[in-house]
Amino acid sequence: MTREVIGMAFILVGIMFDFFGVLGLVRLPDVYNRLQAATKCVTFGSAGILLGVFIIQGFNNFGFKALLGIVFIFLTSPVAAHAIARAAHRSGIPLTKETVVDQYQEDNELKD
Amino acid sequence: MRLLRWFIGLLIIAAFLYGNFFIYDGIILYKLINFILFCALFVLFRVLFGPSPADRIVAVDILGILIVGLLALLGLVFDQSFFMDIGLIWALMSFIASLAFAKILEGRYLDD
Amino acid sequence: MTLQNRSRLFVFIFSFLTWLALTNVRDIEEVVAGLIVAALVTVVAGKFLITSEKSGHILRRIFSAIKYLVKFLWEMMKANLHVAFIVIHPYLPIKPGIVKIKTKLTKDSAITVLTNSITLTPGTLTVDLSPEKNEIYIHWIDVLSTDVGKNTKTIGGKFEKLLTEVFE
Repeated sequence: MTREVIGMAFILVGIMFDFFGVLGLVRLPDVYNRLQAATKCVTFGSAGILLGVFIIQGFNNFGFKALLGIVFIFLTSPVAAHAIARAAHRSGIPLTKETVVDQYQEDNELKD
Repeated sequence: MRLLRWFIGLLIIAAFLYGNFFIYDGIILYKLINFILFCALFVLFRVLFGPSPADRIVAVDILGILIVGLLALLGLVFDQSFFMDIGLIWALMSFIASLAFAKILEGRYLDD
Repeated sequence: MTLQNRSRLFVFIFSFLTWLALTNVRDIEEVVAGLIVAALVTVVAGKFLITSEKSGHILRRIFSAIKYLVKFLWEMMKANLHVAFIVIHPYLPIKPGIVKIKTKLTKDSAITVLTNSITLTPGTLTVDLSPEKNEIYIHWIDVLSTDVGKNTKTIGGKFEKLLTEVFE
């Protein structure tokens, strides 16, 4: 009983952070800011849901699969975000008007 | 103007939350699954109306992580562990798809 | 035992244990199938796990890794609250920009872990690594300064010392 209550609390917190990340994806101005908010919050939120499922299920088949899912998400999602950000910058998608500094662009121009 | 838009968004979210958690009559897990589907609606907005291709790639990547949490909750509802198998495979495939999309966006091809 | 063979042994044991955790074993056939699959994985990708000799005692490195994990989870918690605050604020208080920091780490695995942690901690996202592998370009949602030395201390400094103990 207590295990289910604790697991449910983890699931609730995870879903709340999922929602904040998705809200950032809709509200923020350019692709890099969207990537930041969405990657952080949705990774944390989905990991929270899987941890809650693991706590409810305990050490059986389902629980181990949920734990493995947490490891997958934590390893893969920052790498995907990094690849997308680099590809977006190289293909020339502009930063938003509020940007104050872009040292990457400066260094690339220095090299050419 | 901006404040007005913020307020309209707040009203929509509050209406959804009230309808989902106080009017809709189902077990708590169904309500949480509805909440995740509502988040996926926001992501689909970004997929449909994203101004640049990079925005669409980000949205598809985020949708892949969101689905893993959804599948874990579905497995909890039906008490079947094979949903988590689908989740693990989905996470890996969406990671590979994001990397491939990023590479094509950058102007290179897959055997590069 | 050479380095490659030790790496293959670790991969074999690790993938076999993962198989045992994922299938609830009832018969001997499932164990045999797991052995075959683990051997296949080892043949294809066995030599990439351990690629260089590490110095330092194993227990001290495990202790540093645990300390690093706790610090990383705490920073991640702060990052999520920070993003939540920005997103529900009506005027979106952001001041984005791309800055450059330097790193002293040399091993590829250490740099990978450092960049992944930078992506998941408050307000920062790794964009690219310079070809000489000593400078990291970071998209920062709330730029405080544009000075390279100061940014190195603010963004990378909290993880770099612990990662040096773990990986090198």
